[in-house]
Amino acid sequence: MRPVLNLTHRHARHDAEAPILEVNQVTVKYNGRPALEEITFLLSAGEHIAVVGPNGAGKSTLFKVIAGVLKPTQGVVRIAGHHPGSHICVAYVPQSSQVEWTFPVTVADVVMMGRAGKVGLLRRPGRRDWEYVHHCLETVGLTGLASRQIGALSGGERQRMFIARALAQEAELMLMDEPLTGLDVPAQEEVLRVVDELRTRRVTVMMATHDLNLAASRFDRVVLLNRRLVGIGHPRDVFTAPLLQAAYGEHLRMVQTEAGVLLLSDTCCGRGL
Amino acid sequence: MDRWLGFLIEPLSYPFMLRGLIAAVMVGVVCAVSGTYVVLRGMAFLGDALAHAILPGIAVGYLLSGGERQAIFWWGLGTAVLTALGIGTIGKRARIREDTAIGIIFASMFALGIALISTVRSYAVDLAHFLFGNVLGISARDLWLTGALGGLVLLTIIALYKEFLIISFDPILAVTLRLPSGFLDHLLLVLIALTTIVALQAVGVALMVAMLITPAATAYLLSNRLPTMMLLAALIGAFSGVAGLYLSYYVNVASGAAIVLVSTATFMLVLLFTRHRRSA
Repeated sequence: MRPVLNLTHRHARHDAEAPILEVNQVTVKYNGRPALEEITFLLSAGEHIAVVGPNGAGKSTLFKVIAGVLKPTQGVVRIAGHHPGSHICVAYVPQSSQVEWTFPVTVADVVMMGRAGKVGLLRRPGRRDWEYVHHCLETVGLTGLASRQIGALSGGERQRMFIARALAQEAELMLMDEPLTGLDVPAQEEVLRVVDELRTRRVTVMMATHDLNLAASRFDRVVLLNRRLVGIGHPRDVFTAPLLQAAYGEHLRMVQTEAGVLLLSDTCCGRGL
Repeated sequence: MDRWLGFLIEPLSYPFMLRGLIAAVMVGVVCAVSGTYVVLRGMAFLGDALAHAILPGIAVGYLLSGGERQAIFWWGLGTAVLTALGIGTIGKRARIREDTAIGIIFASMFALGIALISTVRSYAVDLAHFLFGNVLGISARDLWLTGALGGLVLLTIIALYKEFLIISFDPILAVTLRLPSGFLDHLLLVLIALTTIVALQAVGVALMVAMLITPAATAYLLSNRLPTMMLLAALIGAFSGVAGLYLSYYVNVASGAAIVLVSTATFMLVLLFTRHRRSA
């Protein structure tokens, strides 16, 4: 049987030795006010990294620069050694609040949108593209909901649909902007299970989240952001009192309990920049 | 039964009614299909402004040709395309909010159009035609032009179906897929502008927005997928055109207004009979 999922088709050539993502001295200013300042880091293929920081820390801005939606004021972003503008292997999984859920499209329609780059301009998706879409839906466990209008989905199903769309796009780098915000614990777990499964496909994942525990327990590395890069590395080395204080300042309370340090963040769940 | 058939057939014995009906169907279909994007992208105000803004172009054509239809059509077409391209630029560069900028520019374009037309002594009748349409005055040659232009609009929308869907549903996805988003955005505006020219004779610039959004909004209430919405909108648009024209024939009211009122009545009926469906 033909392998339904293969990641060999690429728009731009990838340099095998280059890291999947290189962010070098990136500064972004909105009307002269900096949203990100001199951010530099590298990601290697297959890594799962969490991006944490208070509201307005520039998490969404960082993702948009990496996706090529926003041009950095200074600095460069390279995807597998090349400018992001030539790649279709970067997927942006939107925040739920940015999506028009009453739009007349079905779950399969949305996932098929991810195929548009492969199908090509002016061409119609063929039987193989639909097979591919259904395979992606199967991967995220949404097979039974393929022909539902998207508004009928639960929060967790909505996020999984967008991950399926990123799979249909054959994305190698997925940027997920707070996919767990507003989900209950079982729904979060469903989404995280799908994200974990991406490891077997060597898909690199960057996820913005407010949940420091989750960032510490489910990700290889964490980025602590507050306009500047406060810290990057293993959660153990980044989630330290001085660095967290530097990122969150007044918004974070640390309470010493018998079980260890309890972190209370009061910046959760609003709309980030 | 025979009485009803007679009721339907009688107006068809007049060639102007037959041409009017064909035109009304074409206009209903083309407006409704491009209108689906106007509704889904929340561009109702923009569509209205665009329709009003082509009046000065029509006025120049009218003044230069002494009221000749073809000249008015081509001048209107040119203005529509230029205006559509201008809008995209205003939105991105303006220092004030986009809707404010559009409001200022397009109301003044409309005023300029009225000022130009009012320089002719007998302007009132012609102005009324441009503002409210007169589908019964359409000639066989107008019909061909309308059909060709409408066909072009529909073909483009069908050919670029998946691209227009993506830029409307998720502009960020369009960028990450490296689709030519800017070009597609402008093209969609041009198509809407061309649609207003197609519909000019049927409903006029003042009522245009109703033909763009009402059938599409009605279809929106009834469909879960975009192709279904487009098909339903086209049917509702065509029905409104035909029913409106019969209404205008038997009740003796202005044709453009009758078409718009029928489509509004359809919308209200559907609104009443569909419970508030999905909620986000």
